[in-house]
Amino acid sequence: MRHICLALCLSVLALPGLAQEIEARKVYPGTGDHSLRIISTADLDVFHPYILAFQKARPDLTVEYSVASSVELYKAIRAEAEYDLALSSAMDLQMQLANDGFAQGYRSTRTDALPDWARWRDLIYAFTAEPAVVVLSTKVLGDRPLPATRQDLINLLRTHPDRFVNAVGTYDVRESGLGYLFATQEARSTDAYWRLSEVMGRLLPRLFCCSSQMVEEVIAGDLALAYNVLGSYASERLARETDDTIRIVRMEDFANVMLRTAIIPANARNTDDAGAMMDWLLEVGLRESADAWPLPPLNKSSAAATTGFGPIRLGPALMIYLDPLNRRAFLEEWENALEQ
Amino acid sequence: MIPQISIGRRLTALLAGVAAVLSLLSWSMVSGLARQAAAQSQDNVLAASATTIAETVRSEQGEVRLELPYSAFSMLGAISEDRVFYKVTAGGTLLTGYADLPAPRADPASGRITFQTEDYLGEAVRTASVRRNVLAGTRAVPVDVTVAQTLGGVRAISGQLSRTAAGLSIAFFIVAVGLSALAARTSLRPLNSFAQAVSRRGPSDLRPLRRDTPSELAPLRSALNRLMDRLGQSIRRSEDFIAEAAHRVRTPLATVRTQAEIALRSAPDADARQRLRQIIRAVDESSRSAGQLLDHATVAFRAEDLAQDRMDLGVLVTQTAAALEPTATMKDIRLELDTAPAHVNGDAVLLDSALRNILDNAIKYSPEETTVRIKVRAAEKTARITVSDDGPGLGDGPARALTGRFCRGSNTEGIIGSGLGLTIAAEVLEAHGGQLDLGPNPEGNGTCVTFVLPSA
Repeated sequence: MRHICLALCLSVLALPGLAQEIEARKVYPGTGDHSLRIISTADLDVFHPYILAFQKARPDLTVEYSVASSVELYKAIRAEAEYDLALSSAMDLQMQLANDGFAQGYRSTRTDALPDWARWRDLIYAFTAEPAVVVLSTKVLGDRPLPATRQDLINLLRTHPDRFVNAVGTYDVRESGLGYLFATQEARSTDAYWRLSEVMGRLLPRLFCCSSQMVEEVIAGDLALAYNVLGSYASERLARETDDTIRIVRMEDFANVMLRTAIIPANARNTDDAGAMMDWLLEVGLRESADAWPLPPLNKSSAAATTGFGPIRLGPALMIYLDPLNRRAFLEEWENALEQ
Repeated sequence: MIPQISIGRRLTALLAGVAAVLSLLSWSMVSGLARQAAAQSQDNVLAASATTIAETVRSEQGEVRLELPYSAFSMLGAISEDRVFYKVTAGGTLLTGYADLPAPRADPASGRITFQTEDYLGEAVRTASVRRNVLAGTRAVPVDVTVAQTLGGVRAISGQLSRTAAGLSIAFFIVAVGLSALAARTSLRPLNSFAQAVSRRGPSDLRPLRRDTPSELAPLRSALNRLMDRLGQSIRRSEDFIAEAAHRVRTPLATVRTQAEIALRSAPDADARQRLRQIIRAVDESSRSAGQLLDHATVAFRAEDLAQDRMDLGVLVTQTAAALEPTATMKDIRLELDTAPAHVNGDAVLLDSALRNILDNAIKYSPEETTVRIKVRAAEKTARITVSDDGPGLGDGPARALTGRFCRGSNTEGIIGSGLGLTIAAEVLEAHGGQLDLGPNPEGNGTCVTFVLPSA
């Protein structure tokens, strides 16, 4: 059964290469002989404090942390690579994994405390809620106010194309699972997305795989504007920066809120410790205080909900855009818009 | 024989059984309906989802194209958190979806939706399939859209409803059992009160029952009344017969006695006189027995419709004692009266008869030159006549048995008696709602007989 699903998955993503491409791996040795193997899309320096804090509570546990892109993570779990916990920002891919039987159920008092929108069955649990934002350098604004909506953004780009040629960055949705999720959800929610994409396409945009690179380029001055950047990465990076000309803007007409989700893969070995880690992540995710964790808690999204944009809904509907036909159609349209 | 269980309990059990069956039936019906409704709503959503997808199928440059609409899956996600699978084939080749998802078994007619329950990826799934023919180039290609969803949500909903229905059914059953017990008790109440009315009756009360009874008990009542009627008639007939017989025997006996006395006076020799005296004694005894039989019959007759005249027991005792004075004097027995006013309601003839029999016994069994003491006293609720003598007492047998008909004490040999005296007295007192107490004389070695009667 599985190999057929795998065939499906490969056709879904139509991406070359079967080998898992692990971008970084770090082992946090523990005193005991148990080890917990985590595969995650979160950069090492972002997740480092989480592992240290968890190990403080469980010094016996060896934690092996591997970073991969969301697509690679998805492929690894489908290929039944042995990980005990998979943390991903691509909700649709996580959803597909859970739907197709690659996740195993887990329940505890912590998971029961989660709001309904932050879980699907007992398979997927969200532990952060992270909005998509625009990062831009105020130098390019001149005397204009900060753009608040996509229409403002479109006007800005149209009025001053000279300032933005080659200086607009966004996700390459063909490569990035999260970028694809943001793009599809946005296209579904607001028609301004395609108009904005058209406008950006005319400015020879630069395409990136990851949020962190876009933020770095804006800080370095190579980019004037980065569209659909993970807010958590941007604020974490900018907190270390003195340059106050770089601003994080959240679109007021519509803003995606991504839930970073965890699943325990079906073939996880150390499910007990994976459950413990899951509980601990949820505890951090449901914290009330604004502790200095790099990733925002779930609670903030309830504030986001009051402004009208709830987080992206977990559910089978997320799989719609992963369908190869839909993906092909969407990418065609996207390429037409952005690569003129 | 099967032991007889109480009707009330049987009725309650029966009604409770009916309630249990109804509860079970309603539970299974509600559960079934809930399952059906949940399955139906899932089918509807699956059908809508499949149709939505089928409607996006189009042909572009001879190629079948489609775009899965977001709503096709979001509507499935809205009803439950179930896993969703899908498959679209065009002319038998896979367009998109899960290649191994079971296809509809029968070729579906265009536009018709077929449902199946299948096993997929280790879980039961419900599938909805719809076929649409699309013109691709010059030929019509059948496009089959199948959407599947696991059954967790349906099972959860129907399980939940089934549990709720079970709770309600149990509550219904408990209430029904309580009501059954109540209903059984209520419907048996006429029977109980009927039985009480019958058992409350005195031993010789053979009047027909006149109370109103439910129609079910009417046959029992009339049967009982007929039985009592026949019984009464039969008793009356035998009493009449006895009275008639006693009466008929007494008259010739009196003639025999008179003749025997005349013969005694003129009898020449002692031997003949002795024989004649024996004859006279036997005749006396027979006539006395006949008298008592008559008394007994009188008691039985009068007790049926007892007179309730107010009277003073003191007066009654004085009169009766006076009537027996000559008999007592013959044996030099003194009758000592100690009376106080004690009023009762009753039949003077019967009470006199009872007292006469007792006094007669006392005189008969007492040795010569003794005293028989008669005392009348009134207490708060009862009036008492006590007759004590210095006779031989009641013997060793149980005192109560002596009131039986023709029963005589173990120490009465040599004394003539019928064994009816105490019976008559006891029956008279019972008819008056009182009782006859027998015991040893506390002040001597004789007997003490007490009449206990309710005060007027």
